[in-house]
Amino acid sequence: MTDQLENEAQAEREIYDPISETPTSYVREPEGAHPPMDYPGYKSTSLRHPRQPLIYLPQTITEVTGPQLTAERIVGEYDNDLTRQHTGEPIGERITVTGRVFDTEGKPLRGTLVEVWQANAAGRYLHRWDRWPAPLDPNFSGAGRCVTDDEGRYSFTTIKPGPYPWGNHYNAWRPAHIHFSLMGRAFAQRLVTQMYFPGDPFFPYDPIFNSVADERARERMISTFSIHDTQPNWAAAYYFDIYLRGPGATPFEEAF
Amino acid sequence: MIFELTPSQTVGPYFAIGLPWDVGPDAVPVDTPGAIRIRGTVYDGEGTPVPDFLLETWQADPEGRFADMHEYGGRSQLEGFRGFARYGLEDGDGRFEIVTIKPGPVQGLSGATQAPHIAVSLFARGMLNRVITRIYFADEAQANAADPVLASVPADRRATLLAQPVAGGYAIDLRIQGEGETVFFSV
Repeated sequence: MTDQLENEAQAEREIYDPISETPTSYVREPEGAHPPMDYPGYKSTSLRHPRQPLIYLPQTITEVTGPQLTAERIVGEYDNDLTRQHTGEPIGERITVTGRVFDTEGKPLRGTLVEVWQANAAGRYLHRWDRWPAPLDPNFSGAGRCVTDDEGRYSFTTIKPGPYPWGNHYNAWRPAHIHFSLMGRAFAQRLVTQMYFPGDPFFPYDPIFNSVADERARERMISTFSIHDTQPNWAAAYYFDIYLRGPGATPFEEAF
Repeated sequence: MIFELTPSQTVGPYFAIGLPWDVGPDAVPVDTPGAIRIRGTVYDGEGTPVPDFLLETWQADPEGRFADMHEYGGRSQLEGFRGFARYGLEDGDGRFEIVTIKPGPVQGLSGATQAPHIAVSLFARGMLNRVITRIYFADEAQANAADPVLASVPADRRATLLAQPVAGGYAIDLRIQGEGETVFFSV
């Protein structure tokens, strides 16, 4: 075989390999696992939550399958290094954010797309609607992407985002955070969350963080500092593992 | 469940710096024969268009097959078919438009065929989790009448899930809350 054919065959194997580990249903998410859609402390929820009860949708083929976005979304060498996307280096505390994506059975999710976006070190987003008077950084766009490896591991190099004020209530500030988008393997596993930093003094005052009622669940959104993985003279290391729902007990629910 | 789930948080107002991309709204290449546009507007509880939502869709091809690493019913053979669209342009007028191809009926197990449909996730500032709905097609009356998911929706709310034929495709609005509230599902 030529190299090209060999590569193609390898690519095929990579695409089709996961079949054997593909669940036919996912566990239903328990009540309280996620924040309520109607949460008065976060004012914008008031007109943006359904009033009618959700209707139980048995998981069908549509929900247990999901898109393969990886090749299309990873377009550049520095997609997972937010400090090297411009000619100069961004201002701020250089950090690495690494972790693994698991399902709730502890099985790593390999080959899944992880997307992040964040404010710069001053707490300002490169977005036309973010107008608070903190400086933009010409060397920081604040968006990154990567695909998990065979052990479900992802890795980003970035700068630590700053906290920033918002208009929810008097003197409202968001704790520093990085937004995470996870595709998972299936429509049912899709998750968007935020990663926080340990010991943030704004935690007690932030309704978005506190919309998750259970303290232990809130802690699962806080990254862990690691001196062992901190690179001398280079970057402080934070860990953040993510758990998406795992396989359900029954193949395809009910009569579907 | 051995491990606990990571909780959801809102996408916030600034997801557009990271999530949308040029051909994101195209579930198929725009020059695919039979490509259609599905458009609509997303409204909040006061009937005001939502300027800052992220909409994602996932669907089968006309043969009822998915462009997926799994092989239920066989993998889609349609060239360039991604089956997934992500719209998040934040034009400020609440409208969305995706390019896709009309899905076929999707194989069910136990003999129940699903009518052609598209799975939808909607994210926005002010939403602490996504909401999930489906788009069905108003001109598939016979298939819709036999669809087990539609049958589980109260008859007077089913119309909120039906996209209406318009020139070049279909139109459907999503109403997050209030009069004519879209049916949302727990999955």
